[in-house]
Amino acid sequence: MAIIDPGHAAKQLIYERIFRSATFIAAIFVLLILGGVAVSLLRGAWPALSHFGFSFVAREIWNPVTDQFGALAPIYGTVMTSLIAMLLAVPAGFGIALFLTELCPPLLKRPIGVAVELLAAVPSIIFGIWGLFVLAPVLQRHVQPWLIRNLGDFPAIGHLFKGPPYGIGILTAGVVLAIMVLPFIAATMRDVFDTVPPMLKESGYGLGATTWEVIWNVVVPHSRVGIVGGIMLGLGRALGETMAVTFVIGNAHRISSSLLAPGTTISSAIANEFTEAVGDLYTSSLISLGLLLFLITFTVIALAQAMLRRLERRSGAVA
Amino acid sequence: MNRRMLRKIKNSAFLSLSLVATLTGLACLAAILWTLISHGVAGLSGRIFTQMTPPPGNQGGLLNAIYGSGVMTLLGILIGSPIGVLAGTYLAEYGRSSRLSTAIRFINDVLLSAPSIIIGLFIYEIVVVRMGHFSAVAGALALAVLAIPVTLRTTEDMLNLVPIGMKDSSAALGAYPWRTTLSVLYPAARSGIVTGLLLAIARISGETAPLLFTALNNQFWSTNLRAPMANLPVVIFQFALSPYKNWQQLAWSGALLVTLAILILSITARVVVSALNPGGAKQR
Repeated sequence: MAIIDPGHAAKQLIYERIFRSATFIAAIFVLLILGGVAVSLLRGAWPALSHFGFSFVAREIWNPVTDQFGALAPIYGTVMTSLIAMLLAVPAGFGIALFLTELCPPLLKRPIGVAVELLAAVPSIIFGIWGLFVLAPVLQRHVQPWLIRNLGDFPAIGHLFKGPPYGIGILTAGVVLAIMVLPFIAATMRDVFDTVPPMLKESGYGLGATTWEVIWNVVVPHSRVGIVGGIMLGLGRALGETMAVTFVIGNAHRISSSLLAPGTTISSAIANEFTEAVGDLYTSSLISLGLLLFLITFTVIALAQAMLRRLERRSGAVA
Repeated sequence: MNRRMLRKIKNSAFLSLSLVATLTGLACLAAILWTLISHGVAGLSGRIFTQMTPPPGNQGGLLNAIYGSGVMTLLGILIGSPIGVLAGTYLAEYGRSSRLSTAIRFINDVLLSAPSIIIGLFIYEIVVVRMGHFSAVAGALALAVLAIPVTLRTTEDMLNLVPIGMKDSSAALGAYPWRTTLSVLYPAARSGIVTGLLLAIARISGETAPLLFTALNNQFWSTNLRAPMANLPVVIFQFALSPYKNWQQLAWSGALLVTLAILILSITARVVVSALNPGGAKQR
């Protein structure tokens, strides 16, 4: 018979309570961080928001000398660069995921997968310095003149490709962002494609479908939610990316009709001007930009997570 | 017959496009690495590791920046990872599927992909404004906040991989959950948790945006945690955008060092994971 020492048992119970509370506090801490971010940004943004009101998000002016600030140009830049990035990265990421799950010889699957994931590990400042010194000159000399020549006089979209090829600007920032978010989109889509039950694919092949037909008619519909989730996750990254964009955007607080012109984004405006901002209204306006970015990315990422979660639950129920 | 040809052509067209996409992705990685090596190696010399960041036009190295990055990354991990590991333990062992745990898991995943510049602004508001000046402590705290979600996620995933039988055996011996966690679960999931730490270090050691308005930069040697401290990412940022040739060269060398360190960490983390489960249950 085991002899239970009551003192020992009581001590064990105390340790248990301590350990449990420690883990609980740590878990609650995660919630506190998010709450703290929201509260501190709101507090920092308040002077500017109460001074400018709603017109803050609708005005293009950004003049530290006269203390007039509006967020329209950074918002425009953030949206446009992210849009370009997604237009380029979504098809490419889809292609890579497709290649890795359906085409790749098993021997190469892991090395290529790891290489794509390593691209995701490269810090954003490296993309920035590479974008400025390598990519921008290439775009300026070869790609942008071509765009101006061939698309500049096109009706409806021609104005997007007019003006001198600066090299740096909205378009270049979009391209750098595309390369940055590509591995995230590709990796998420690959994981999502892997959750498609092999039986469904085999059935497609059994009916004589080609690889592409199986992918387009079986894999894609089955993993639709996950694909959208992966795209939104990439979009969340693109919207908030700072350093890579700061190097190549050109930092001009204006909205140009051309994509080849310099612009600014929310994050690059903060990165560039925050430490040099003098005056409370200037600092507060930059924090207001941060608050806007927080709200936008939080919404996008939360939606993405909700979608991926739904998929996980479903595939968990199947398996 | 014609229709079949068309389907075949369509099939090969799209499959070739996917091959092109993959090659493009790999080419980007190769191009970035090649640029870093070709620009960075030229400046690599003993001076990089023995001298301070120089004024424009002078000879110098990156010693203060390397030291600062090391100190702040280490502090960030020391502060952030215990919180992440404990919170991950709560989610895996105590909370499991309670509503609170679901919320925490969700918020954590949001934090995992939240823009790091926002975290920098947050620490600026609560630390830098209070202290009245930029400091290494603020930088380390910003990095700690970024390290928490990574370690939390891997810890929870790894604890969930431990076979339930091990937990049951420990409970059958009369061990309380804390005993089971410390003596059975943590050792069993050790390499997985270490992977999480490596990934967290890789993540935070290249972060620039949150350090810009927390640690700022310091041209001189400083070990004072309450003062601004030099760090590689911010030095790279400032030097790369400067018009001075010697600063740009140092920026390239610094970029090469940071990237090599991060790639080695990431690859090590992957090796640890595949040693952990050789069958290959893929790490998400």
